[in-house]
Amino acid sequence: MPFPPPPHAAANVDHASSGGNAGHGGSALAPGEATVSAGAVATPPAAGTGAAPLLSVRNLRIEFPHRRGTLVAIDGVSFDVARGEVLGVVGESGAGKSLTGAAIIGLLEPPGRIAAGQVLLHGEPIHTLPPEKMRRIRGRRIAMIFQDPLTSLNPLFTVGQQITETILTHRDISEKAARKRAIELLAEVGIPAPDQRVDHYPHQFSGGMRQRVVIALALCAEPELIIADEPTTALDVSVQAQIITLLKKLCREHHTAVMLVTHDMGVIAETADRVAVMYAGRLAEIGPVRAVVQNPQHPYTRGLMGSIPVLGADVHRLVQIEGAMPRLNAIPPGCAFNPRCPHVFARCHSERPDLLPAQDTLAACWLYAHPADQDRPGTKQSPNVESAPRAAGPVTASAFQGLTSRGSAVNRDAKTDTDGENDLAQGGSR
Amino acid sequence: MNDTVVHRDSLFARALDSDLFHSFIRSPVTVISALLTVIMITAAMLAPVISPQNPFDPATLNLMEGFTPPMQPNEFTGNVYWLGTDAQGRDIFSAILYGSRVSLLVGFAAVGFAALLGITLGLISGYLGGWVDALIMRIADVQLSFPAILIALLIFGVFKGVVPPAMQDQVAIYVLIVAIGLSDWVQYARTVRSSTMAEKNKEYVQAARVIGVPAPLILLRHILPNVMGPVLVIATIGLALAIILESTLSFLGVGVPPTQPSLGTLIRVGQDFLFSGEWWIVFFPGATLLILALSVNLLGDWLRDALNPRLR
Amino acid sequence: MNETVMTETTLPPPRAPDVPLLLVEDLKCQFEVSKPFLNRLIEREPRRWLKAVDGVSFTIDRGETFALVGESGCGKSTVARLVVGLYESSDGRIVFDGRDIATIKSGAERQKLRRRFQMIFQDPFASLNPRWRVDRIIAEPIRVFGLATDDATISQRVAELLIQVGLSPADGRKFPHEFSGGQRQRICIARALANNPEFLVCDEPTSALDVSVQAQILNLMQDLQDALGLTYLFISHDLAVVRHMADRVGVMYLGRLVEVAASRTLFDDPQHPYTRMLLATIPDITMSRAREETARGEVPNPITPPPGCTFHPRCPLANERCRREAPALVPIAKGHLAACHAIEEKRLEPLKK
Repeated sequence: MPFPPPPHAAANVDHASSGGNAGHGGSALAPGEATVSAGAVATPPAAGTGAAPLLSVRNLRIEFPHRRGTLVAIDGVSFDVARGEVLGVVGESGAGKSLTGAAIIGLLEPPGRIAAGQVLLHGEPIHTLPPEKMRRIRGRRIAMIFQDPLTSLNPLFTVGQQITETILTHRDISEKAARKRAIELLAEVGIPAPDQRVDHYPHQFSGGMRQRVVIALALCAEPELIIADEPTTALDVSVQAQIITLLKKLCREHHTAVMLVTHDMGVIAETADRVAVMYAGRLAEIGPVRAVVQNPQHPYTRGLMGSIPVLGADVHRLVQIEGAMPRLNAIPPGCAFNPRCPHVFARCHSERPDLLPAQDTLAACWLYAHPADQDRPGTKQSPNVESAPRAAGPVTASAFQGLTSRGSAVNRDAKTDTDGENDLAQGGSR
Repeated sequence: MNDTVVHRDSLFARALDSDLFHSFIRSPVTVISALLTVIMITAAMLAPVISPQNPFDPATLNLMEGFTPPMQPNEFTGNVYWLGTDAQGRDIFSAILYGSRVSLLVGFAAVGFAALLGITLGLISGYLGGWVDALIMRIADVQLSFPAILIALLIFGVFKGVVPPAMQDQVAIYVLIVAIGLSDWVQYARTVRSSTMAEKNKEYVQAARVIGVPAPLILLRHILPNVMGPVLVIATIGLALAIILESTLSFLGVGVPPTQPSLGTLIRVGQDFLFSGEWWIVFFPGATLLILALSVNLLGDWLRDALNPRLR
Repeated sequence: MNETVMTETTLPPPRAPDVPLLLVEDLKCQFEVSKPFLNRLIEREPRRWLKAVDGVSFTIDRGETFALVGESGCGKSTVARLVVGLYESSDGRIVFDGRDIATIKSGAERQKLRRRFQMIFQDPFASLNPRWRVDRIIAEPIRVFGLATDDATISQRVAELLIQVGLSPADGRKFPHEFSGGQRQRICIARALANNPEFLVCDEPTSALDVSVQAQILNLMQDLQDALGLTYLFISHDLAVVRHMADRVGVMYLGRLVEVAASRTLFDDPQHPYTRMLLATIPDITMSRAREETARGEVPNPITPPPGCTFHPRCPLANERCRREAPALVPIAKGHLAACHAIEEKRLEPLKK
């Protein structure tokens, strides 16, 4: 099975012990094997064993039963988060990124349910735990940061009471020590005069300061993983940058892994070590952040990156992916991206692609299928995207041409321009 | 493309496929309530056709048949009345059919009046804001501090004092409608006002304002259709309340005149005989009122839950 | 070039080319945020006002895109709503094509003026009446301005508009909820074009959309501008989008303009410390530069803005004068205005590249 270890960013060399990951990575799409390696890890906090990643999601499938049938919101999503790593999960609204986060932490809203697959923390399944046990894992080992800081803070208690309370539930120390720790945490997240602010109520803090408090609250039990769901979306741009920097710094210092769920590629580029790109409830591409951002392989990621306006780039038109993401009840057979893909060919309509190695990333795209089982001649493994697309579709292919690297993504010529215009007439509708 | 839902052909087919219809079918209580309501309304409408006798035509009455118990042959004539007869030998079943007619007529008309008044004032209050809003809402507050029945009685008191006694019987039913309507408009006004305040800040209303659509048209075409959901719920529950209020007033003797009795009048007349053993004269009209009000109320409850997206 | 886009050129000829299409002068707008009358009386509190827009002046020339950019609460959306008449200004002038809007009293004259501008809103889910079919929504401006009266002409025009924004005429029979966010925004644009306006006010038109859809809408807006010679007032908080769309940019902070310049100048050579701070905070998706120092502080409460230059608590260059005296927006180069004492006193360091 051609499945290399998930490439980790250089910043986390100590965790990217490729041996352990390779063994586990091989089972990424075969849950049966995953249990074998799960058994190898005896106790969860055995730091340094490196046998199992901190978090593994295996073939996750989330369904919403509906009277007209079952909606599959997440379908066959597998990824790992290593210790201390920041994994960015990016996608458009409705791609299922927040749902994945909620499923991991056991906060799926009914009638949503995990229909298949596993969520493993240190190799041990946590998706089957009873609610009581799951509650103990939440906060203690996996913490959550939400988009709106007000929803995570109780308006009736001071921030100090809330942090102290959380520390006391998870750690066996005196109330006085817990309060001292709370003040330390507030100082650490950059709240001025923490010894006074500790006795203030949430409404007395500004939006950015509130999100800092939420981060302090998430960190106070020293969790191994923080799931941050759009932590900066509700904030002003100038505050966003502060929060991103803080989150990144603290997680590095505390050795906390972060699963950063966001729609903002900029936030991902600034923060994440690795990126998982989601589309219509499936993983489109996963890989080191630099590779995904600068040299995306999946046609969707390429279109996505090209459609982001960039400062300092003088382009008249942005690259646009025609159409919209399919609704959950209308996901096409084969590759979910096939109606919008400029490189679509026969196989994309019939078979759903697994994650395949594509240069430095893994992309769920048949363009990167091994030549042996490739039904289209002339394509090699890790094909040159410049040539492959042109062979695939003579007209629309040029929409993404010259997108092999971020640098050339902005270099759009007149030809692209005209194609875009033609597309516009039919674009967006059906 | 696949991001638009499939079009059904007819409106009826779409209605059958809607979430509302599904939540209706899945709730047996609601289905039974709806069935009962429909049966009672139909029966009331068809009263002259289906009732065995016209209970208020003295020519059809036979005093000999007075106090016939239900399902028993009269000792003189041998006629059997399903629900028995009253003191004048009037068939209770027929009386109930005719009585529900009046009750339902007053109920619907009063709800219509209250809704019309409440929606209009609510729209104006919510859209204009400022002192107009303050004035209307303070009036509503004052009115809410009186029980509805007191307000209705007050209006009736004024009516009795102003209108000459000869005309009172003819106008009584209209006064009843106005009295009940006036005591119930506040709910509509408040609900519509708060929905209007939310809707008027939405961008589709602003888009209409940008191109200079006059305020009355914005209210009528844009806002009104979007605030009608909650109104429908209140109106359903309001119907049950109006029917009960009408019966209460009639029971107290200030409602419709005995020449065209409603369910409330029947109960008032019947209760005189309760302790002399003729229980059926009061029991059956009372039970009818109970079932009618309960069914309509349950329908309203269901509608409220079904239209509230948060409870789905 | 797309043919359908080309066909629509029924614009009246510009009256006076030397007059800017829109001139806004010392515009002010304040909202009352006092407590209710009774509470004020009991708690002995004065009435309180929020100065949402506090003396803003700019001009927009025909065919250009002028962008207002700033963080939430800076008053950029209020300016947009003042320009189209959704809010009443408390002071200042709005002059559209040489005519002061406030001097137009007659309703018919007003409608004549209204016919020439339109607005596109932020939230495509709230900007379409959910109970109306799309064709009725798009036809509303046509009917209101009496541009056509018979149904055949109107539906013909609606079909044209739908095609022009990249939808199909058959979509007119559907309801808004049957469309995705991007398609709804196309419907909004079609409605905005229905009365052949010259001037479009776009209030964060893509903020609620996903990036791939945002690209579609921005491209559409540019095509329409090229084809119809539209003038845009473009409101956004996203600097990269503004850089992509605008010819000239005004940066707002707490109800005031702090810097106005041609787009290229502003982004290549920002002068005001706030502009510089904003530019430094844009996440760098090219990953080509290391993050410099991050921004300091947050936007203060606009009800109680700091005295003097409102940016002074966050400004690295603030001195005593900045805390005392509000700077005026003055030219610092040709077509480049800034409101900053530090620039005037030449205390500003050149931007390190």
